[in-house]
Amino acid sequence: MPAYLLRRLFQSALILLGISFVTFLLLFVLPADPVRQIAGRSATPATVENIRQQLGLDQPFIVQYGRYLGNLLQGDLGRSYLQKTQVSELIMSRLPATLQLMAAGILAELVLGLTMGIAAALMRGRAGDQVLMMASFVTVSAPQFVVSLLLLYVFAVKLGWFPIGGYGTLAHLVLPAVTLGILGSGWYSRMMRSSMIEVLRADYIRTARAKGLSRGRVVLRHALPNAILPVIAMIGIDIGIFMGGIVVVESVFGWPGIGQLAWQAIQRVDIPIIMGVTLVSALAIVIGNLVADVIAPLIDPRIRLR
Amino acid sequence: MKKWLASTALVLSLALPAAAQEYTPDPNAKAGGTITITYKDDVATLDPAIGYDWQNWSMIKSLFDGLMDYVPGTTTLRPGLAESYEISEDGLTYTFKLRAGVKFHNGREMTAEDVKYSLGRVTDPATQSPGAGFFGSIAGFDKAGPDGLSGVEVVDPLTVKITLSRPDATFLHVMALNFASVVPKEAVDAAAGDFGKMPVGTGAFKLAEWTLGQRLVFEKNADYWRAGVPYLDGVVFEVGQEPVVALLRLQNGEVDVPGDGIPPAKFQEVMADPAQAARVVVGGQLHTGYITLNVTTPPFDKLEVRKAVNMAINKDRIVQIINGRAVPATQPLPPSMPGYTEGYAGYAFDVEGAKKLLADAGLADGFETDLYVMNTDPNPRIAQAIQQDLAAIGVKANIQSLAQANVIEAGGAGTAPMIWSGGMGWIADFPDPSNFYGPILGCAGAVEGGWNWSKFCDAALDAKATEADSVSDPADPARLAKWSEVYQGVMEQAPWVPVFNEERYTMKSERMGGEDALYVDPVSIPVNYDYVFVK
Repeated sequence: MPAYLLRRLFQSALILLGISFVTFLLLFVLPADPVRQIAGRSATPATVENIRQQLGLDQPFIVQYGRYLGNLLQGDLGRSYLQKTQVSELIMSRLPATLQLMAAGILAELVLGLTMGIAAALMRGRAGDQVLMMASFVTVSAPQFVVSLLLLYVFAVKLGWFPIGGYGTLAHLVLPAVTLGILGSGWYSRMMRSSMIEVLRADYIRTARAKGLSRGRVVLRHALPNAILPVIAMIGIDIGIFMGGIVVVESVFGWPGIGQLAWQAIQRVDIPIIMGVTLVSALAIVIGNLVADVIAPLIDPRIRLR
Repeated sequence: MKKWLASTALVLSLALPAAAQEYTPDPNAKAGGTITITYKDDVATLDPAIGYDWQNWSMIKSLFDGLMDYVPGTTTLRPGLAESYEISEDGLTYTFKLRAGVKFHNGREMTAEDVKYSLGRVTDPATQSPGAGFFGSIAGFDKAGPDGLSGVEVVDPLTVKITLSRPDATFLHVMALNFASVVPKEAVDAAAGDFGKMPVGTGAFKLAEWTLGQRLVFEKNADYWRAGVPYLDGVVFEVGQEPVVALLRLQNGEVDVPGDGIPPAKFQEVMADPAQAARVVVGGQLHTGYITLNVTTPPFDKLEVRKAVNMAINKDRIVQIINGRAVPATQPLPPSMPGYTEGYAGYAFDVEGAKKLLADAGLADGFETDLYVMNTDPNPRIAQAIQQDLAAIGVKANIQSLAQANVIEAGGAGTAPMIWSGGMGWIADFPDPSNFYGPILGCAGAVEGGWNWSKFCDAALDAKATEADSVSDPADPARLAKWSEVYQGVMEQAPWVPVFNEERYTMKSERMGGEDALYVDPVSIPVNYDYVFVK
């Protein structure tokens, strides 16, 4: 196990290095000049060149990347080109909101998705199954903007149960989390359903039934732990998606998450912020997957980490 | 002979007829109350040397002051931190007398040294100010650096003398730009590179709280040097909110002014409801939306082709696409700008005439070209309308819908044959006709990376523009007549299709008071925070 962890950590570092390289390269070849965004429309060519030199953007790619990596290894993500604020400060200020919404969103997805998936698997082929799968199809393809606004309009504006957007209390968290739960539940319910159906066909389930265990006990104690494995792997991926930002839901509910930061930085070619957010979300995906892999043998002892 | 101008309304009105009256405060104005403004985008910075978008522009205006200012709700100059000023006969020396006893938010008194420091800071290349170029006429600008500008001299603690290297009619307007705000050196130094998050000025409000990504709170500056203002105790800016949600919150009484305006999808609904429409203030804006035709790229190097495109565009239909929130344009300048040519018809919509011109240019069968456009609504829809109009005269335009930065890049590099300026259209930095020429139509902007996307460069027009700007009174009728000629000269060569001038629609809550002009203030968007009040 320790050897496994060490190897995985080393692999993760390599993956992050690769991601930083590819992102930096993409931003380098992008046909948009950050210096022009900084210099503004009244700048003279001399001013533009001066800023380019100060930022080191006149250097060849390998020098720029080397400098970035050198600072990164010292924990320095640089300063925003346009805000002049430390990128780490900007990201840290958004992290609590992002983590809160991520946790609540994934919880909502799991509660909705797993319930629907298990129910559909048990009703396989019958009308209930078809209705649930249709529902999952609708939620997966529903536009984020419409679902967010609909929930906000009904439950906050009309019924007044929740505040109309904002951040701070548990009441603020409910609607964006439920929105994300509804939007993401389809993936989980479909995965849970197929995994459950497969497990229910297994010999040990037939054995469990044959020895007279109740249906509930068979499903919850014998089938669920085996069927849930692929779902756990999926949570790891989900964490990355949430860390990268959920721009639309965040902006409808006025949630100060990382997505808004990233979106605005992309619009303004603010490279240090784009790099910072990309690396932080990549790190989250890597850690998420690592944790999912480490948890797996705890749920299914047949899995060995080598 | 030198003329001294006192700050009193009477003497000023004698000397500069255009800069007529001081502001008469609203007799019903009440002090107190805190209002809430919302924005979708986060506020990037409150550093007056850096901030250059419509969101932070008015916020910075309320935190800082410059030597010059505008009468609220108008484009009329009035003295700010300067009590009076004197312009030498040759128009090259400006001597400003500062007001005594003006205090920064940190309690220290503002002096001439601060003015010198601030102008030196904004022009120092190390500051990376997007506004540095505006100060190009101050002597020593070419050698600007950490030591400041040689053209700015401290005569005594309350007198500052600025020497120009060339006459500049717009200089007083430049002194009213946010970039010319007076800042205290010790606060800039203490902020260690992040003055934009820890601003200290002399303005009507001071920054009390800034929670990144969530909200900013402005608090009334009780020691403000202008008597009686601001009326409000505070302004809360909530950021990160969709305009549609901001409107719902306004209807629910939680928001006073949605900073991003009325969302297009809700516009007709709001205007159809008399109760809501009554709270919408409409006003002009110093903005022009245009299509640039790259005169260095065939076939737009032919004058007939550029004229034909001008005649092919149905501007009324494009105005309809944006719910009629604009007026069709005939020339580069917007109607509320001094120097606008009244009665100039421009190129009327005439499909047959356009086809004939194309035939004259030997392109009777039309041609294929690319139309670059920024990818946010309503710009792609407007581009489609342009595409259809061009198809009617046989021109096939392929729409290249890209992010703003990419369109700007293509425009600067000169690789875009046609660009629809929407989302990047020119809004004046200050209310003067010269501001629509140099960077976007003059030879100076027609360089690699410049904002003159037509790459149009006419030496004779450039010379006339320089001549117009050598007059020291910006409102001199002879000067404005020259500018009118410059823009008519531009239109004769048709490097642009001026499409429309946007109008502003500001929505406010029931309790907001103050005259309508404050809600469509040409320099403070969405509203002039210093003068509005809660009823």
